Amino acid sequence: MIARILATAKTEIHIARRNRWVLIAVLLMVVFSLVLSAAGSAPTGALGADRLSVLVASLTSLSVYLVPLVALLMSFDAVAGEVERGTLPLLLTYPVARWEILAGKLVAHTTILIVAICAGYGAAAAVAIVADPTAVSGLIALWRLTWTSVLLGATFLGIGYALSSLAGRVSGAAGLAIGLWLGLVVLYDLGLLAAVVADNGGRFTTTVFPAALLANPADAFRLFNLTASQATVAASGVGGAANAIAPWQSLLSIMVWPLIAIGVAAVAFRRVEP
Amino acid sequence: MTSTLTISHLTKAFGGVKALSDVSLSVAPGERVALLGHNGAGKSTLMKVILGLIAADGGEISVCGAAPGNAQARAHVAYLPENAAFHSALTGLEQITYYMRLRNEDISGALPLLDRVGLAHAANRRIGTYSKGMRQRVGLAQALIGHPSLLVLDEPTSGLDPVSRRDFYELLDGLAADGAAILLSSHALTEVEARTDRLLILSGGRLVAKGTLPELRREAALPVSMQIHAHETHEAEIMAALPAAVRMNNAIHLTCGQDEKLTTLAQISALQGKVADLDVIPPSLEDIYSHFSRRDGQ
Ligand SMILES: Nc1ncnc2c1ncn2[C@@H]1O[C@H](COP(=O)(O)OP(=O)(O)OP(=O)(O)O)[C@@H](O)[C@H]1O
Ligand SMILES: [Mg+2]
Repeated sequence: MIARILATAKTEIHIARRNRWVLIAVLLMVVFSLVLSAAGSAPTGALGADRLSVLVASLTSLSVYLVPLVALLMSFDAVAGEVERGTLPLLLTYPVARWEILAGKLVAHTTILIVAICAGYGAAAAVAIVADPTAVSGLIALWRLTWTSVLLGATFLGIGYALSSLAGRVSGAAGLAIGLWLGLVVLYDLGLLAAVVADNGGRFTTTVFPAALLANPADAFRLFNLTASQATVAASGVGGAANAIAPWQSLLSIMVWPLIAIGVAAVAFRRVEP
Repeated sequence: MTSTLTISHLTKAFGGVKALSDVSLSVAPGERVALLGHNGAGKSTLMKVILGLIAADGGEISVCGAAPGNAQARAHVAYLPENAAFHSALTGLEQITYYMRLRNEDISGALPLLDRVGLAHAANRRIGTYSKGMRQRVGLAQALIGHPSLLVLDEPTSGLDPVSRRDFYELLDGLAADGAAILLSSHALTEVEARTDRLLILSGGRLVAKGTLPELRREAALPVSMQIHAHETHEAEIMAALPAAVRMNNAIHLTCGQDEKLTTLAQISALQGKVADLDVIPPSLEDIYSHFSRRDGQ
């Protein structure tokens, strides 16, 4: 079992390396993280937070867009691509379970994400610490951001596999992935914001809104990283909403989402007819 | 002898299209069976059902004593799909290594395996750069991994050059001698004739004929044709003696049923001295094939 999962993972890493996905993922993370760390260098001292904690706050806002995007880009082809190339029927005649194939792809893509995330955050953190040695006190926040980013990525990898299985065609899967990214990461927040403004502090804001934030893996990720350290809350200006939700709740959401997404992907892949 | 593959009363329809109806067959260990049939006859569908890629609508199938597609069956069956496709970014060696790992085989055998199908020189090139025949060989190589008890090969020689075809059938002979059961489909009748033990002919989803070539030849009972070359001056006499004969391209042609073969030959030998040469042409494999394949209004 383990051997078959690792065999698939190894093959997927070969493919991702040849298709430049490793390079693209790492470059995206490094470039954007460095841009942020350069841009965020000005207003530090004024807020009384160390430089790295401030950087973590801005990296959180970046990752909430970028990590899901990179994860979806790597995963939307995973099943639909095999179907379209005609490689799936042969693979399914091998003594390997479908979930083992999916697990292998997940291991490979998560590894690439970890490399990209560590490279991006690492580069940004190195710049911050060189500029201000006291910034090492923010390393805890950076570590928290790193592992939650990996979980966020795993969630969107699972979602990508599920879409890829449901779409059947690569072009359809790509469309679904972009639509879902826009929906969950961009429009969802805009919609909530509009509703909160319209509600003006009523029932919606106190009951539905916190639940809606927790239900979205991207929002839960942002919430957890911003509430976990008060300094960054101040820096990012997320007010009452974040304070109303205990960190354990958003943590739970972050932990459970990958399981749900990967479970749905496994079920969807089982239903694919080669 | 217990069969490696047994199918009885298999049916499969795609919507309204009856791809397979009431197909029964078996393949024994060490046997090479060829599956023939027109385009759309149901050959590939039959193979996919055997592999468990498509569920049958009715009938029973036993693959190495297990249900098609279950883990035990998959461990013993090798498949070569028609138009075998692989990821173009992988090298031939990486692809074969992957398949060997999935079958829990020692991956040090990957390069020798590629060598066996004549791909050793291209092992480290991406499959995207391979020619059609080279991709087909990767497909063959993966079908040879481990020691499969049953090989299901969908048009294995398509895209192979003549020499590679011969090498391929030699490989098959070796596998069959080791006890593997082989079911292969093909449109190349002559190579199938020489290189397999038994033929199955599908037509419109039904199995219209099965047996060895001599059996099918007898069953089809197609007329034998004879070609007679006369000594210059005796042509008219020969034509008179054989009322059924016709003249074509400077030769006299005659056809007769299998059962009249000897009497006809006796008639011709009575014309000794007037006949310069005689050729007896048995029905070709194409004739036999189209006889069975057309019987169902195809
Ligand atoms: N997935 C499918 N959906 C609908 N019809 C199908 C499907 N697969 C096969 N068919 C139909 O079933 C019939 C048998 O097809 P099949 O591919 O088995 O033919 P074949 O004998 O392999 O032909 P060829 O020699 O061209 O490869 C055809 O009429 C085909 O259109
Ligand atoms: Mg076919």
